[in-house]
Amino acid sequence: MNPSEIVIWFIGAGLGTLLLGLLLKWVDRKVTARVQWRVGPPWYQPMVDIIKLMGKETLMPVTARGTGFLLAPVIALATMAVAATILWRSLWDPSSPFLGDLIVVIYLLAIPALMTMLGASASGSPHASVGASREMKLLLSYELPMFLAILVAVARSGWTFQLGGLVTAQAQTGPVVFSISGALAMLIAIICMQAKLGLVPFDVAEAECEIMSGVYVEYSGPALANWLMTRAMMLAVMPLLLVEVFWGGLYRQAWWGFLSFLGRYVLLVVLVVLIRNTNPRLRIDQTMKVFWFGLTPVAIVALVLALIGQAEGIAWL
Amino acid sequence: MSHKTIINIGPFHPLQEEAEFFQLHVDGETVIDVDVRLSYNHRGIEKLDESKTFDQVPFVVERVCGICSASHPLAYVQAVEEIAHVDVPERSLYLRTIVNELERLHSHLLWVGLAGHFLGYNTVFMWAWKYREPVMDVLETATGSRVNYANAKIGGSRRDISDEQLREIDKVVGELHRPLDMLTNAVLDDPVLHARLKGVGILSPEAAKAYGAVGPTARGSGVPIDVRRDDPYAAYDLVDWDVVTAPGCDVFGKAVVRLLECYEAIKIIKQCIKQIRPGEIDAKVESIPPGEGIGRVEAPRGETFHYVRSDGSNRPVRHKIRAPSYVNIPTFKASCIGQQIADVAITLAAVDPCYSCTERMCRVVDADTHVQVYQFADLVRLSQQKTDRMRRS
Repeated sequence: MNPSEIVIWFIGAGLGTLLLGLLLKWVDRKVTARVQWRVGPPWYQPMVDIIKLMGKETLMPVTARGTGFLLAPVIALATMAVAATILWRSLWDPSSPFLGDLIVVIYLLAIPALMTMLGASASGSPHASVGASREMKLLLSYELPMFLAILVAVARSGWTFQLGGLVTAQAQTGPVVFSISGALAMLIAIICMQAKLGLVPFDVAEAECEIMSGVYVEYSGPALANWLMTRAMMLAVMPLLLVEVFWGGLYRQAWWGFLSFLGRYVLLVVLVVLIRNTNPRLRIDQTMKVFWFGLTPVAIVALVLALIGQAEGIAWL
Repeated sequence: MSHKTIINIGPFHPLQEEAEFFQLHVDGETVIDVDVRLSYNHRGIEKLDESKTFDQVPFVVERVCGICSASHPLAYVQAVEEIAHVDVPERSLYLRTIVNELERLHSHLLWVGLAGHFLGYNTVFMWAWKYREPVMDVLETATGSRVNYANAKIGGSRRDISDEQLREIDKVVGELHRPLDMLTNAVLDDPVLHARLKGVGILSPEAAKAYGAVGPTARGSGVPIDVRRDDPYAAYDLVDWDVVTAPGCDVFGKAVVRLLECYEAIKIIKQCIKQIRPGEIDAKVESIPPGEGIGRVEAPRGETFHYVRSDGSNRPVRHKIRAPSYVNIPTFKASCIGQQIADVAITLAAVDPCYSCTERMCRVVDADTHVQVYQFADLVRLSQQKTDRMRRS
C-alpha cells in the first residue's frame, strides 16, 4: 500500500468515524430520552453542539499548565483517528497486511484515558485531580480483564495478533462468540467497553453530582469540543473492535453481510445505552472490586476453556 | 502518603439547585472534616410578615418554600388559631390533611427522583418525576395551583374541595400504588443500589437526637418522632396510620422511610375522603386577641415550627419560623466524616435539605479579626449612601 493511500484512509476513516460517532451519540441520547419518557434531540444535535463549542473561547484557569492542558485533547483525538483507521482498514480488507495489529490498537485505545489524566492534572482543579485519580484506578481495573478477554479470541483464532487474521480465522471456524469461552469473553469485553467509554455505572471520573464532571471540569470551547469528539469516536470504535474480534467482522461477499454487520454493530451500541440507563453509578472502590475480583477470574476461566477447546479440538468450548 | 485537599461543594454546584456551600476536607478520597456554610439567600420573610395583616401572612409564608407550601401556612395558621382559641370545623381539618398529605406524596417522589439523579441513575429521576405529575395535577385541580396552594386560612380552609374533586383525588392516589410498588421494589431489590446506599452516611440514633434531627432524617435512624402522632393537628388523630421508621441508620433507611411514607400518605388520604362529611369549612374569626401561640406541622422534611405573637392589632408583632432542614443540615457533621467523596453527595441529599426554608438570615464575620461586620446599622448606612449617590448623579 502506497503512502498516499494510507493518507486517504486516515482522513476518510478519521472523519467518517467522527461523523458516525456523533450520530451514535444521537442514538445514545435519543434512546435514553425514550427510556425516560422524553422526546430527545434531533439527529444533528451532537454535531451542532460541537460546532457551537468551536466558536467559543477556551478559558484557561490560572492554575493550569497550558501545554499539557491543551495538548492532551488533541493527542487523544489523533490517537482515536489512528485506531479508527487501523480498525476500518482491517475490517474492509482482512487479507492485506496493514500498519498495525491488535496490540497497537489496544495501546492506542488506552491513550485517551492517559491524556484525560494528563489534561485533568494539568488543569490544577481539585475536582479534576480527584477525577484523574479515579480515571487512573479505572484504567488499572478494566485493562487486565479486557486484555484477557481479547486473548480468548486470539487463542481461538490460532494465536494471530493481526486483526485481519482474526477476521479471516472467524470466517473459517465461525465467530468466537458462538462458544462458551467466546461468549464469556465477549460479555466481559462489553462491560469493559462500558468502563472505557466512561458511562454509567463506571462514569466515576466525571460523576456530575459528586465532582462536577471531574476530569473535564476546567475545559471549555474548542478544547472541550475536542474531548467530546474523542468520546464520540470512542463510542464508534469500541463496538467496532468487539464486532471484529469476537463477532466475525464484515462479510463482504453478499449484500446481507453489510446488513448483518450493521445489525450487530447497532445492537452493541444500544446495549451500551441500555446498561447506562438501568444502573446507578458505582463507587471507585466497588468498580475495582467488580473488575479485579469479579471479571478477571471469569476471564481467566474463559481463557482456560478456550485453551482446552483448542488443544482437544472441541469447537463449542 | 496522604494528600489533603479541600473539595468545595458549592456555593453553586450541580448537586442541588439552590445555593449551598459544603467544604469537604479530603484525604485522598476520604472525607476527614466537613464545613457547613449556609446563608446565601436572605429574604427577610419574618420581618416582612410584621408588615402584613394576619390574613395576608399565609400567602407570604407559603412562599418560604415551593415544596412545603402547604406545611408553612398551616403551621402559621395553627399558631394564630392557638392565640384566638378557634375551633376549626371538622371538614376543614380533613381538607387540610388531604392537601398536606398530597404535598408529602409529591415531595417524597421528588426526593426519590433527585436521589436517583445524584447516583447517576437518571432513569429513576425521570420516572419518579413522571409519576409525581398526576399528584401535582390533582393538587392544581383541588386548590387552583400546582405550587402555592393557598389552602389554609385562619379558622379553616380558603376553599372547599367538591365531591367530584375528592373522587378524582381518590382515583389518582389509588393509581399511584403501582408505580410506587415499582419504585420501592427497584430500591429494595437492586443489588447495585444496595451497594451504593447500605451502610452509607450512618447517622446513629444518638447522633440524630444530639443534633435534634427531625422527620425522615430521624426516622431513617430509627428515632420514631412525628408531630402528626406526637402532637396531633388537622385530622391525623381521626384516621388510622403508622409512623414509619427504618433501623439501618444509613441512606438506605432514609430512602425506605420516604418510600413507605408515600403508602401511608395514600392510606391517610383515602380514609379522609371516606370520612369527610359536608359542613362548614370556616370558623369566621373576627379578631386576634393579644397573646402568643405556636404551630407545629410535620412537613415532608420534618417538623416545621412557627411562633406568632399578637398585641391585639391586625398584624403579628413577631413571627418566627424554624424549618426542618435547619436542624437536619448540621447532622452532616456526624454522617459525612469518614465517608468517600462519592458517598457524600448522596449523604447530603438524604436529608433532602431545603435551603429556601433554612436560609432566611446571614451574618458576615471578618475572617482575620472575627469581628462581625455588615450589621443592621451598617446595611442601613450603606443603603443611605447609595441613595445619596443616586440623588447626586
